[in-house]
Amino acid sequence: MSDKTNLARRNFLAKLPAAAATAAIAPGAVLHSADIEAAPRSEPVTSKVRWGMLVDANKCADGCSACVDACNEENGLDLHTNPEGADADATKWDQQKPVWMRSVKLKDLQSGKITNLPMMCQHCEHPPCQDVCPTGASFRRADGVVLVDRHTCIGCRYCMMACPYKARSFIHENVDIKPTLAPRGKGCVESCTFCVHRLDNGQTTTACQDACAKEGHNAIIFGDLNDPESQVAKALKKYPNQQIRDDLKLNPGVHYTGI
Amino acid sequence: MQYSCSISKLALLLLLFLVALPVSADKNWRINGNSKATKAEACVAPVPEMRRNHMEMIEHQRDITVHQGVRQTDNSLHGCIDCHANVDEKGSHIPVNAEGQFCASCHGFVAAKLDCFSCHATVPK
Repeated sequence: MSDKTNLARRNFLAKLPAAAATAAIAPGAVLHSADIEAAPRSEPVTSKVRWGMLVDANKCADGCSACVDACNEENGLDLHTNPEGADADATKWDQQKPVWMRSVKLKDLQSGKITNLPMMCQHCEHPPCQDVCPTGASFRRADGVVLVDRHTCIGCRYCMMACPYKARSFIHENVDIKPTLAPRGKGCVESCTFCVHRLDNGQTTTACQDACAKEGHNAIIFGDLNDPESQVAKALKKYPNQQIRDDLKLNPGVHYTGI
Repeated sequence: MQYSCSISKLALLLLLFLVALPVSADKNWRINGNSKATKAEACVAPVPEMRRNHMEMIEHQRDITVHQGVRQTDNSLHGCIDCHANVDEKGSHIPVNAEGQFCASCHGFVAAKLDCFSCHATVPK
């Protein structure tokens, strides 16, 4: 079966409930999903919301690592250190330690223009990690967040190979300090969660976005792509932007501008 | 003769087991230790139900939380630990899976491996 057939069918099915919902409401009055409760979530997430992000690479400062540091702190990645008895030189560790968000520097060889951007899980609509996962541990939540259910992950790392964005990390060693909001253990794959613990507790920002704004760069806008009134949807409408590797037709939730 | 002897031995063992189990299960964690649970009126379900079905409650909850994002609930592992972790004399929490502590004591007794804490925190946040 070709991918195209699949997508067409999915699109058709996906539009059915939306069409029904729109028809049920009075003409001209379309409900938006901005009413997010401040308490911990008590109802299952729905596809009325699709979380997404716009990264403005023009505003992303050279040498700044605020978003990466904030991500590491928020998700307890900075608690994870070179395992005892491992190589004294940290080269191997640098290659193997879990990284959810990377700072990438691109150089145009012709013009010499330098572009900085953060790279993390792009939260695809059609995630390849989910397609290849043999146990169903990689999944896309109804609100567009791509996650690993580490209770079912067997650590085969197919998803790491399948991800075109190199977004996933594997935990190779036992973890001593386990933060309540970011459970983590040996033998599972993990990646950016769009700070899902924040979203489920009624917050609507991610740690990287907050850190970027605090630095005064404001290169990251996060929000609901389905809500035309959200900051991210307005910015997407206003500025030319693209998804990385859009040729793969994965429809990532993360968009970039200025690349 | 041999046969009946082994049967009676088995019956004796079974009897011992049946007698021993309630005794061990009657260890009252509301008296032992100083966790929040010792002061609480009740757990999220009656104690006998908790003893038998807590694993199913946690497992069901974990799927709802991970896949549907529901975090407002009585049945979270976070909630168990928050309530059942004791505090040592220095004022810091003792991990619930440390020897003799709430989770470890029963799981040790019935030799059921405790997998939660290879990833999850063992002390309240």
